[in-house]
Amino acid sequence: MLEIASLHVTVDGREILRGLTLSVLPGEVHAIMGPNGAGKSTLAHVLAGREGYDVTEGTARLDGADLLAMSPDARAAAGLFLGLQYPVEIPGVSNLLFLRTALNAQRRARGEPEISGADFMARVRAEARALGLDLEMLKRGVNVGFSGGEKKRNEAFQLAMLQPRLAILDESDSGLDIDALKVVAAAINRFMSPDRAVLLITHYQRLLDHVRPTHVHVLVDGRIVESGGPELALRLEQEGYERHAA
Amino acid sequence: MSAGSSAAAREGRNPEAAAAVEALSSYRWGFTSAIEQELAPRGLTEETVRYISARKGEPEWMLEWRLKAFRIWQTMAEPQWAKLSIPPIDYQDAHYYAAPRVKPSLKSLDELDPEIRRTYEKLGIPLEEQKVLAGVEGARRVAVDAVFDSVSVATTFREELRKAGVIFLSISEAIREHPELVRRHLGSVVPVRDNFFACLNSAVFSDGTFVLVPKGVRCPMELSTYFRINAENTGQFERTLIIAEEGAYVSYLEGCTAPMRDENQLHAAVVELIAEADAEIKYSTVQNWYPGNSEGKGGIYNFVTKRALCRGARSKVSWTQVETGSAITWKYPSCILQGEESVGEFYSVAVTNNFQQADTGTKMIHLGARTRSRIISKGISAGRSNNSYRGLVRMGPSATGARNFTQCDSLLIGDRCGAHTIPYIEVKNPSAQVEHEATTSRISEDQKFYAMSRGLPEEDAIALIVNGFCREVLQTLPMEFAVEAQKLLGISLEGSVG
Repeated sequence: MLEIASLHVTVDGREILRGLTLSVLPGEVHAIMGPNGAGKSTLAHVLAGREGYDVTEGTARLDGADLLAMSPDARAAAGLFLGLQYPVEIPGVSNLLFLRTALNAQRRARGEPEISGADFMARVRAEARALGLDLEMLKRGVNVGFSGGEKKRNEAFQLAMLQPRLAILDESDSGLDIDALKVVAAAINRFMSPDRAVLLITHYQRLLDHVRPTHVHVLVDGRIVESGGPELALRLEQEGYERHAA
Repeated sequence: MSAGSSAAAREGRNPEAAAAVEALSSYRWGFTSAIEQELAPRGLTEETVRYISARKGEPEWMLEWRLKAFRIWQTMAEPQWAKLSIPPIDYQDAHYYAAPRVKPSLKSLDELDPEIRRTYEKLGIPLEEQKVLAGVEGARRVAVDAVFDSVSVATTFREELRKAGVIFLSISEAIREHPELVRRHLGSVVPVRDNFFACLNSAVFSDGTFVLVPKGVRCPMELSTYFRINAENTGQFERTLIIAEEGAYVSYLEGCTAPMRDENQLHAAVVELIAEADAEIKYSTVQNWYPGNSEGKGGIYNFVTKRALCRGARSKVSWTQVETGSAITWKYPSCILQGEESVGEFYSVAVTNNFQQADTGTKMIHLGARTRSRIISKGISAGRSNNSYRGLVRMGPSATGARNFTQCDSLLIGDRCGAHTIPYIEVKNPSAQVEHEATTSRISEDQKFYAMSRGLPEEDAIALIVNGFCREVLQTLPMEFAVEAQKLLGISLEGSVG
């Protein structure tokens, strides 16, 4: 599904990713772990198409298509979703309007009909309930006045509503108390299916107690230096990243 | 236009994107209707004024009024204080009257020139209002007084309004049918010598709208006028007079588009509103005249004088405007708050793109005790445009306990545009309160990326963010107008990023 080969990325002339290679197949949950500054968020942003990240070498393909040649909205329509570490506020635009506009834009790009208002609201109610989000809150401006935890739950809500094929979740667990963490983890588990995949970017092991990865990678200085199964995450939790220090 | 994978790739995509954006941003409603026209001779002299008055079959007092205005106008000079760069205008090189050659009054809408009907369709007049124009039974009740260039060609719902006692006529008809009313009120809020453009309008005004809502009557429908400048090189001088008697209520919608022209066209309208005790007038405008092309060539010059007199106690006037068009906008819808506890409101969205210039705002003149005013202005600048808010809040000596709240927010798109906030505050009563808040922000890369990463194309993402920014103002518009305005904002900003 996702094929990244020898990816080099610079930001403001500084090389952050230095030859990253990664392959994710449908049905897999990959956790990318690593110390601060290793390039985890850069990987997430460059895959989603944020400006300011210059790819100097390498490729990234989604189902064979050249991701790096696509605009962020085209990547979304192709099935990619980025859950942000710091979700953004858009005053005056209600969460529901935002989401419905986005969903319909994706559907248009794929040549699908727009979703009806009734179908949309039925799904909103179901997913909001599952995530403990108040419907009234969703009528307010996008993320405006939301606590850190509410913003993360809102990202999980968007994931559930947009139904991408590949979810890249950047520090979805940061700033969450244990109850909220369980709610978000449950949403990720509900999202997963044999034809979908998740790339979890996280600093800590604790999310992985609730979302079991199939693969764990250690990202240090812009490269994957070690890969393994879930046991690797547990070992990192005890040992830290000292062993991988350059 | 798109995500940054590599600088080289971005460079490579740019020309294509730029071409696509260019195609999108061309003015969608720049078409010309082939309708026979009757033009006044080019130029402006006393003879021109006499010609216009005679063509309209006006009484002697009206001609005298116009001539007096013309003589005063000859002694006046264009105002220079606005933050606008206005090319010299040759007032002698224009026609001051253009009437479509159709029968001056139509018995039914079927008699409307099919070409004019098609024009309305191309303008995207909301379906409901098209139905009204087509005379479909059960259509939502919006009375449309269509001003096609200079003469009102169709007035709907006149009978029903007449039953309610509401007078809704073209100003030319009102001069004929209700001369005493027009004579009493015309120029009472905007005097002939008020300013250069208002004075010019007084001399040569072509047509416009007259509304009178009698005592205690709530106008049974929203009143709507579509203005459209059609003839090449024809100045458009609309004159509107709305009177709400004691306890009356009326909501008036004004929407405008104009076809594409190379030569700049002058527009100098005057709108006068009078609200008696406990009366309320809501005046909403969506202005989308041709703004000129992306190099700044062509476009309408819009010099408008709009003023309301809240004469009676507890009277209220709300101005809402969405200004996206015109090459130059010079416009300050104002309220004179004379009656005790009268209320003035000004809600404005002004968008400028490419080389557009807008200097717009309001004046709230507090004369009466405990008068209140509220100003919400949202300015959006893109391209190389300049967008200024200019507002005066004056608390007169007798405005005891009067209050004003002003909020001016500016949004910048790109780094070659300008936003300016120029507040004037004069307080001559120590018990009056004036609050002013102002912010300037940019559409952040974070917001744009967030929306795009959810699937919104860049232009849609910006339109959505801008609509959010303007929400407080848009929500004061009547529903179908708000929908139009939202679309217009998106269209106006096409090509503003790349």
